[in-house]
Amino acid sequence: MAMMLDALIALLLIVGGATALIGSLGLAKLSDFYKRLHGPAKSTTLGVGSTLVASMLWFGARQMELSVHELLVAIFLALTAPVSAHQLARAALRRYRRRD
Amino acid sequence: MIAAAANLALVLLGTAMLLAGYRLWRGPDVLDRILALDTLYVNALALVVVIGVRLDDAVYFEAALVIGLLGFAGTVALARYLLRGDLID
Repeated sequence: MAMMLDALIALLLIVGGATALIGSLGLAKLSDFYKRLHGPAKSTTLGVGSTLVASMLWFGARQMELSVHELLVAIFLALTAPVSAHQLARAALRRYRRRD
Repeated sequence: MIAAAANLALVLLGTAMLLAGYRLWRGPDVLDRILALDTLYVNALALVVVIGVRLDDAVYFEAALVIGLLGFAGTVALARYLLRGDLID
């Protein structure tokens, strides 16, 4: 049982890191600003989310009680990531429309 | 097993931060640089959480919380400054 929990935590850590890498790869390689906005917005939710779940399970198993305070960061990021992406998209719309 | 997975996750997150730094350096426009800074702080937050798991220290979590709060405020402030020309209207 502890073995399975360890395997789950390891899997979540690797999935989180790989998703963050894919999102940043999209940011570095894609050709247009609107395309580049798409990649990191996804990796914020899944990448940091699974890393935080891994941390929750790790500290929960270590201290033998439910570790809730990682949820604080997860909920905060889930609330703020769409807001900041929306603000950037609005700024881009205004800026590039004015230019041409 | 968890230590090896955390090391691998640290390498992946470091590479992701390097790619975001590349976009921050090259970025043809200001908006690309703001987006790169946004990605950079999110990756740094995940990095600090993984370091906390790797070193088995819950103190790193508070640092992650502060990075999240200040990074969001910074991104929204910069984007709204570009949109409106001033921060508070």
